[in-house]
Amino acid sequence: MESLTTRAVMWFVLLLLAVMAAALAHDAAFAAQMVIVAIAMGAFLWWTLYSAKVDTAGNWLRAPNDEGRYDDDPVRWGVIATMFWGIAGFTAGLFIALQLAFPALNFEPWLNFGRVRPLHTSAVIFAFGGNALIATSFYIVQRTCRARLAFPGLARFVFWGYQLFIVLAATGYLLGVSQGKEYAEPEWYVDWLLTIVWVAYLLVFVMTIIKRKEPHIYVANWFFLAFILTVAMLHVVNNLDVPVSLLGSRSYPLFGGVQGALVQWWYGHNAVGFFLTAGFLAMMYYFVPKQAERPVYSYRLSIIHFWSLIFLYIWAGPHHLHYTALPDWAQTLGMVFSVMLWMPSWGGMINGLMTLNGAWDKIRTDPIIRMMVWALAFYGMSTFEGPMLSIKAVNAMSHYTDWTIGHVHSGALGWNGMITFAALYYLAPRLWGRERLYSLRMVNWHFWLATLGIVFYASSMWVAGIMQGYMWREYGADGYLVNSFAETVSVMWPYYVARALGGLLFIAGAVIMVYNIWMTILGHMREEKPLTTAAHNPEADRPLVAQPAE
Amino acid sequence: MANNQRIDEPTGTETVGHEWDGIEELNTPLPRWWLWTFYATVIWAIGYVIVYPAIPLLEKGTEGLWGWTSRGQLEDSVADVAEDRAPIMAAIADTPIQDLPLNEELMTQAVAGGAAAFRVHCVQCHGANAAGSEGYPNLTDDEWLWGGNMQEIEYTLANGIRHPGAPLTRTSAMPAFGRDGILSAEQISVVTDYVLSLTDRGPANAAGAELFAANCTVCHGADGGGLRAFGTPSLNDAVWLYGSGAEDIRAQIVAPRHGVMPAWEDKLDPATIRMLAAYVHSLGGGEDFMEVAQPADEVDGEE
Repeated sequence: MESLTTRAVMWFVLLLLAVMAAALAHDAAFAAQMVIVAIAMGAFLWWTLYSAKVDTAGNWLRAPNDEGRYDDDPVRWGVIATMFWGIAGFTAGLFIALQLAFPALNFEPWLNFGRVRPLHTSAVIFAFGGNALIATSFYIVQRTCRARLAFPGLARFVFWGYQLFIVLAATGYLLGVSQGKEYAEPEWYVDWLLTIVWVAYLLVFVMTIIKRKEPHIYVANWFFLAFILTVAMLHVVNNLDVPVSLLGSRSYPLFGGVQGALVQWWYGHNAVGFFLTAGFLAMMYYFVPKQAERPVYSYRLSIIHFWSLIFLYIWAGPHHLHYTALPDWAQTLGMVFSVMLWMPSWGGMINGLMTLNGAWDKIRTDPIIRMMVWALAFYGMSTFEGPMLSIKAVNAMSHYTDWTIGHVHSGALGWNGMITFAALYYLAPRLWGRERLYSLRMVNWHFWLATLGIVFYASSMWVAGIMQGYMWREYGADGYLVNSFAETVSVMWPYYVARALGGLLFIAGAVIMVYNIWMTILGHMREEKPLTTAAHNPEADRPLVAQPAE
Repeated sequence: MANNQRIDEPTGTETVGHEWDGIEELNTPLPRWWLWTFYATVIWAIGYVIVYPAIPLLEKGTEGLWGWTSRGQLEDSVADVAEDRAPIMAAIADTPIQDLPLNEELMTQAVAGGAAAFRVHCVQCHGANAAGSEGYPNLTDDEWLWGGNMQEIEYTLANGIRHPGAPLTRTSAMPAFGRDGILSAEQISVVTDYVLSLTDRGPANAAGAELFAANCTVCHGADGGGLRAFGTPSLNDAVWLYGSGAEDIRAQIVAPRHGVMPAWEDKLDPATIRMLAAYVHSLGGGEDFMEVAQPADEVDGEE
């Protein structure tokens, strides 16, 4: 829609700006980050000029010429990016788990716990989870709308812009650039980039829904839309700040003190609610019925639990600030909304699990279904645990302990991890036109390794966290505290080691997945005793085209 | 599309009639248990919001029927504990520390309370087992820089060591013999060798002995055994606060480091300080009161 010259000039100007910013930067970290931006802009410029010479049939920066095919290139890249960042993020997690057990592994300054920890959380949530969400949303919205992606160029920008966001955030953490807000660590210039990318994402998604060929909008797309819209709002409000200089990496937030804390946890909790819950429920609503080859259990439940979930979730954030300077009334509201959230959350689990009515035998025969069922079980467990932990009396003991870490990981590894793995296994043969996965038996291995890893992880953190909480508050018969803080740290050691072992098992499973999917992409098929999986008809997997291509 | 409604065979439920990429939806009613549990949490929430502070108004939030506040809850539980302890705390505060061991019951309570206070205020520097680390004295041995009976320990706790702004703080400073050019580098090496010889880690040298006598004896004593009046450490035993090697000793002569301990008088009540003194004294190295009157340069009176 725009001319080659315009695009080339745009990338060239951005390249120049990045080089100038690097040269004039006020701090070394900002200079390093701008060099990365300059390299990215150079790559975009080079591709813009180079791709003009490539035969459009071989140019994967454009949508396929055949209007009767879905535009799946960004989805294919997304599948690969999800695997890549997944392995990176899990490894960073294992590394910081080992740092807690063996502090000598803190290599100053770039690889100390304080810098690698946000690297881990951002890599798994935003890089692994985010790429999975963008890729699956692009896949699902096309199929359930029977229409190709709106703005193919913008969709490609969303993918590559998002990768640039990840690289800038990750390298920034290691260089010590952080605004110190949990799960929102990137500084102002990275936040601005993400805002632009996210608005582009919203545009592509909404316009694809608008040009749909189906009369109704499928439930998965409601959840995706809630996820994209709310994350945009959360990201912008929590990152309202004033840069110290347009050539430096520091900024001051608009909200300070307890207001800042409340905004941060409104953001933080809803990042869980809309990124890790709503977005992944959207994945669940498509892949579970497809893989089970069964109708969704209840249309009515999907409506009620969708609206109650998004209405209640947004108020629950203050439960992260129990017994702090936050006024009591706000703490109360955070708690009661969290408790009311229990059933709306479980609505998704019920709808997912009960979709297997009439196909329960597949848990035995289809390892991908088994992964999905397990993901839903962990989803149900974490969404029961969450409201429970939000109750003040429980929170007074559990807050600041490793129980919180255990809770997060039973959700993250069990729910987000397993449902993403299942989605990737579903997608790989379909996206690359293979008859089946390289090996379903390897999916089974992945399932058991991941399950064992989660069990090690969650159970060790539950025990450790509850022990820690009770040790902190233990009073002797003489009326005095029994334990010093250092003593409560030293007893954590065996649990920290068990947790790291759990992480290692989980990564081992993920490595098997990468191999399995990579062999599938290459077109190999392992000779093995067959297991069942869902049927696929490539001929039916097409958008509805009313008239010949415009 | 709503005309495509059909009965799903395995479940016997009617579909809604929509279809997306092969996915249909059943028209199953909401599970009753789900709905009633949801209602129950909503009703519970309404009740909770009425009895607890919850609704933000113009000036401040509603206070709730039960008048509960988180600050009030904390004050109540702190007051409960304080009330339980009040008689003991009063008794300890009223008993001069030298009389504390005479009352066995009180002494036991003081040591227990001191142990708890130690975990909160002291472990950061002296370690959970009170064994200290480089620069932070070990409190479990019988080496005391400033005195190891209960009175002296209590004084150190209350007034601190080199604590800026505390008028009665214990204080002393070793000159920086190297940094300030009092001794040459060569002389410092000679003195270092002499100090090593005090613990039989090298031959005594006459030049070193002379320098030691002229510069060090006044504070560390003729035999290097330390003087409690100045808090000077003994140089003739195996306990070294900043390291025992030749390089550690040389560094300390060139530009000595001086430890600082806070004066706890302003932060803790007298009874807690007394309990801490009783606890530290009980760790194994505590000295009897009789020794207070003795010359401060006795053999094992240093650290």
